[in-house]
Amino acid sequence: MSFKFENFTKYLVIMFITLFLAACETTPKDDVLSSASSSVSSSGAVEVVDGVYVGSETVEMLAVDVPDRVFFAYDSYSLTNAAQDTLAKQAKWLKANGSVTIAIEGHADERGTREYNLALGDRRANAAKDYLMTQGISSSRITTISFGKEKPVNNASNNKAWAQNRRSVTVRTN
Amino acid sequence: MKKILLILFFVIFLSKVSHAIIEIDITEGNREPLPIAITEFFHDDNNELLKNDIPNQIRKVIVDDLERSGLFESLDQKAFIQQNKAMHINPRFADWRLIKAQGLLTGDLSIENERLKVEFRLWDTLSEKEIEGLVLITTINNWRRISHMIADKIYERLTGEEGYFDTRIVYVAEEGPKNKRIKKLAIMDQDGANHKFLTSGKELVLTPRFNPVRQEITYLSYFKNLPRVYLLNIQNGIQEVVGDFPGMTFAPRFSPDGNKIIMSLAKDGNSDIYVMDMISRVVERLTDSQAIDTSPSYSPDGKKITFNSDRGGSQQIYVMDSNGRNQKRISKGTGNYATPVWSPRGDLIAFTKNFQGQYFIGVMRTDGTGERLLTENWYQEAPSWSSNGRVLIFYRETKANDAGDGHSSSIWSIDLTGFNERKLETPLDASDPSWSKLIQ
Repeated sequence: MSFKFENFTKYLVIMFITLFLAACETTPKDDVLSSASSSVSSSGAVEVVDGVYVGSETVEMLAVDVPDRVFFAYDSYSLTNAAQDTLAKQAKWLKANGSVTIAIEGHADERGTREYNLALGDRRANAAKDYLMTQGISSSRITTISFGKEKPVNNASNNKAWAQNRRSVTVRTN
Repeated sequence: MKKILLILFFVIFLSKVSHAIIEIDITEGNREPLPIAITEFFHDDNNELLKNDIPNQIRKVIVDDLERSGLFESLDQKAFIQQNKAMHINPRFADWRLIKAQGLLTGDLSIENERLKVEFRLWDTLSEKEIEGLVLITTINNWRRISHMIADKIYERLTGEEGYFDTRIVYVAEEGPKNKRIKKLAIMDQDGANHKFLTSGKELVLTPRFNPVRQEITYLSYFKNLPRVYLLNIQNGIQEVVGDFPGMTFAPRFSPDGNKIIMSLAKDGNSDIYVMDMISRVVERLTDSQAIDTSPSYSPDGKKITFNSDRGGSQQIYVMDSNGRNQKRISKGTGNYATPVWSPRGDLIAFTKNFQGQYFIGVMRTDGTGERLLTENWYQEAPSWSSNGRVLIFYRETKANDAGDGHSSSIWSIDLTGFNERKLETPLDASDPSWSKLIQ
């Protein structure tokens, strides 16, 4: 295949315009939650993978090496491998501390209607509860409460904040 | 609140309504507003009307109601040529046509036996006829409601549709940063007057909805950290939890007869729709899917229920019989659909749609055809219909910046035509609006 220089220039110009348009198009899309997206922090660490927060900001400890929360993808209540690891640690801690009772709070990000998010938060809290029960923790020690999108931890409106807000948090009730 | 109940009306028709020449077709989109001259009602100078500026205030309420509807343009009083009291009996129509008034409102105010007597006439300046006229008698403190009722009469006479100005809005007042938001129930007249907080802000409260028949509100409260549907009597302030459910109840709404509350119950991670009869206290389960079923809303005849479900993999709008049978999906477009609300006219369902990161308020027919998106924004949801099914209110949020600042929430209204979008002013931030029927 051969073409004249003139044509090549034209081709380049068209390609440039296409790229420029494509760049314009993506600008407003930072609102869109893409499941394949990942966000990188200022320090360069990947913090959101497939919509799930994988960093350690906002995470508190129930005990040494027992994180209090797990994170979810957009509109999802599946437990990632990392979430299962965290819940396994919580189960171990609960077994070692047989008198402790807990509440699991389910939360959603702000990108969904209030009523649906209440139901989604309930799903997330119960997903975590069910996992703890499979690890041998009695349901009598666990209550759940959904806050929907009412109690974010990060007030920003960006992918990282939303990922940090899609969570279930285990709190001691005694 | 008692005053509203004690209101006493004598309604006397001043004339047989004749054939009208001026008429507004409100199904039309971006029409020019109808020019109307609203005069200050005549009154004696030496009575308590003047103390509170009532004659001027009545005119202002009527003007504001009609102008906010987007269908009327109130002409500047300074342009009025005829000023004498004779206009209320015998207007010089040529003078009013000269300033381009197609409608003319005249009236007379007096106090008789400590009651306010308001007489008004609406004139068609082209046909030179009186087309509406009433005498209303009530307690003096009720002058605002009288004004809304007059605006409703004018709207009704000129559009052929019931007015919606003598109504109230209950909503959630909000303040503080998102992670420490304080929310209270608040109620106000449709024009923002008579604003009042109904709860203290101690407990998180969400999604208040009016009883269409009684002075009651159903809403979600996190009282004692147990999210449950509550009932609030707005006359005596008494609150009660609705039913005794083994999990979170949420997304409540009344049936059209005001006797039932339909809501979601979340149990073991699954949300289904239940209905409770508030008289017999009988609870019935209407959906039984492994998915989220929520945001139920009755059709005005009470025979159908529309609701939101993700049983098909994404959030869509469904319709079922009020006994739970014949559940079927009606939303057909791409995107997620939520918060369906049946129009009081029965022909449309309003909804929130999320598509490509934007949020829309739209309407569709009850079989899902004829989808029409009225407004697009970064975030908005929860439409509520005006009593005549011509206007929707909803709430809209602004995007916070990366520091978490700049977020706000407010109530907006838009006509079914997609025109006349307006923000409702509230003392604090606002969300979850619910619009009452015409006050009885």
